[in-house]
Amino acid sequence: MDTQAQEPILELNGIYKSFVDKTGDKVGVLQDISLAIPQGSITGIIGKSGAGKSTLLRCMNLLERPDQGNVFFEGTDLTQAPRDILRQKRHHLGMIFQHFNLLSRRTLEDNVALPLEIAGHPKAKRRKTAQSLLNRLGLSDRENDYPSNLSGGQKQRVAIARALAGNARVLLCDEITSALDPETTTDILHLLRTLRDELNLTIILITHEMSVIRAICDHVFVMDAGKVAEQGPAEHIFSRPKHPATQALLKPFLKQSIPEFIQDRLQEKLCETKENKAILRLIFSGASAQEPLVSQFIRKAHTDVNILAGFMDQIGDTTFGTLVVEIPNNPAILEQTCTFLSTRGVAVEQLGFITHD
Amino acid sequence: MTELILESTWQTILMVTLSSVIGLLVGIPLGVFLFITDKGHLCQNLWINRSASLIINAIRSIPYIILVIALIPMTRLIVGTSIGTLAATVPLSIAAIMLFVRIVEDALRIVPTGLTEAALSMGATRMQVTKKVLLPEALPSIVSGSTLVIISLIGFSAMAGAVGGGGLGDLAIRYGYQRYNLTVVLEVIAILVVMVQCIQVLGDRITKKIRK
Repeated sequence: MDTQAQEPILELNGIYKSFVDKTGDKVGVLQDISLAIPQGSITGIIGKSGAGKSTLLRCMNLLERPDQGNVFFEGTDLTQAPRDILRQKRHHLGMIFQHFNLLSRRTLEDNVALPLEIAGHPKAKRRKTAQSLLNRLGLSDRENDYPSNLSGGQKQRVAIARALAGNARVLLCDEITSALDPETTTDILHLLRTLRDELNLTIILITHEMSVIRAICDHVFVMDAGKVAEQGPAEHIFSRPKHPATQALLKPFLKQSIPEFIQDRLQEKLCETKENKAILRLIFSGASAQEPLVSQFIRKAHTDVNILAGFMDQIGDTTFGTLVVEIPNNPAILEQTCTFLSTRGVAVEQLGFITHD
Repeated sequence: MTELILESTWQTILMVTLSSVIGLLVGIPLGVFLFITDKGHLCQNLWINRSASLIINAIRSIPYIILVIALIPMTRLIVGTSIGTLAATVPLSIAAIMLFVRIVEDALRIVPTGLTEAALSMGATRMQVTKKVLLPEALPSIVSGSTLVIISLIGFSAMAGAVGGGGLGDLAIRYGYQRYNLTVVLEVIAILVVMVQCIQVLGDRITKKIRK
């Protein structure tokens, strides 16, 4: 999806935020963060805990006021806006949370109607909107139920309905799937994607799980120690992670592409006495994943390629895959391999050698 | 004798009810105020918060019987006299306020902070957060805490005799202790047990009904 050409709906400019910790030291949680969120995109912000992603999300609707920098939402600088303007803008910046944050003593209908109540809409309208949202999110006939009778996934649906009730154009999602089981996680993420398509929402998700990013995000920001370590389209971040922080987050994914029995035999150096084979990891993404590059290469280089492991997956709309292959350890062939594949958009990584008796 | 017991029961009910109502009326806003001015909350103002907290703790640390005597000038100012049931209600109300303040503050403290955050993210004013989120969510804990406070107030009301306030406690001291009439003491105890039971059961029922 081409979202880059549009004017960003949300823009952060040189955001700094620091807290004073228990020992009285000042800790820079966010250091010079600038980012632009295109209208209609699903953006993931990923990082390990303590990377500052949660604070960053709270800076977007000014639940945390940055020490320095500006937050533009639909052209308005929220950091400079008077309180009542900020409150009005917040109606359009819905937020959902890891622990749902539903009011235990309100029925589902009254929970969903809360933003409308806050904005001062009449009761009839609140009722109508809340019921139609509950219907849309698959909770019809439960408007008089209380949150304690719901499962985690249902609670998150109510929370999404509530966030949308105030006519939200942006959804800020704070680790919204971390308290859910994998199946419910998939449900909720698909729901978000559907809502984005139908309502032209802009969704910003923070998470520490690459699987969430993989499921729905178009664009990714990787946070590390209060800075944006790396950013780009999701498929690039997955296929060619540059920053160590990204690589660390991706490890669970990449590891599964090298089976243990190969990992065990893998050696960093050549063994002089035995025959060596070079082990390469080829990372395909986008167009390169669709082409028969391996067979093309075999024909071209007249060499044998032994495929040891591989997997294919989808990240957003892009196919992405890795292959672990074994080729003869011959400098000429190795170089030819790298050149051929690199020019066709495949990232080649030499993992090491395996010896054969 | 029966008449005396009935009159004393009425005096106790009057003192406890009046002071509970005053305690709640003043204690709830004061508790909310202490909560929202505390660190990291809606209207953080540590200077005011710490000062108010200090005063409340100071009053709370005064033994009740001494508070009754210390408040005599204030009672005279408010009620016009320092003797009688109404006069005894003044120190009891002060004690009630102090107890309710802490109950309300503690009840608000256990409302998950995420709820405040959620309401603010919807564009709520601080007043709306307090009225639509904090107080309703804290209500079950406020009710169950209040049950305990009202029961303590019945205990405190026994000292009303010191300023001629009457009530069941006073009756038991005068007839039971000074004239050693054990029957009166037992009757008073029976009435108090019934009273406390009723309040406890009622409090539990309401709490259960409003906690969803």
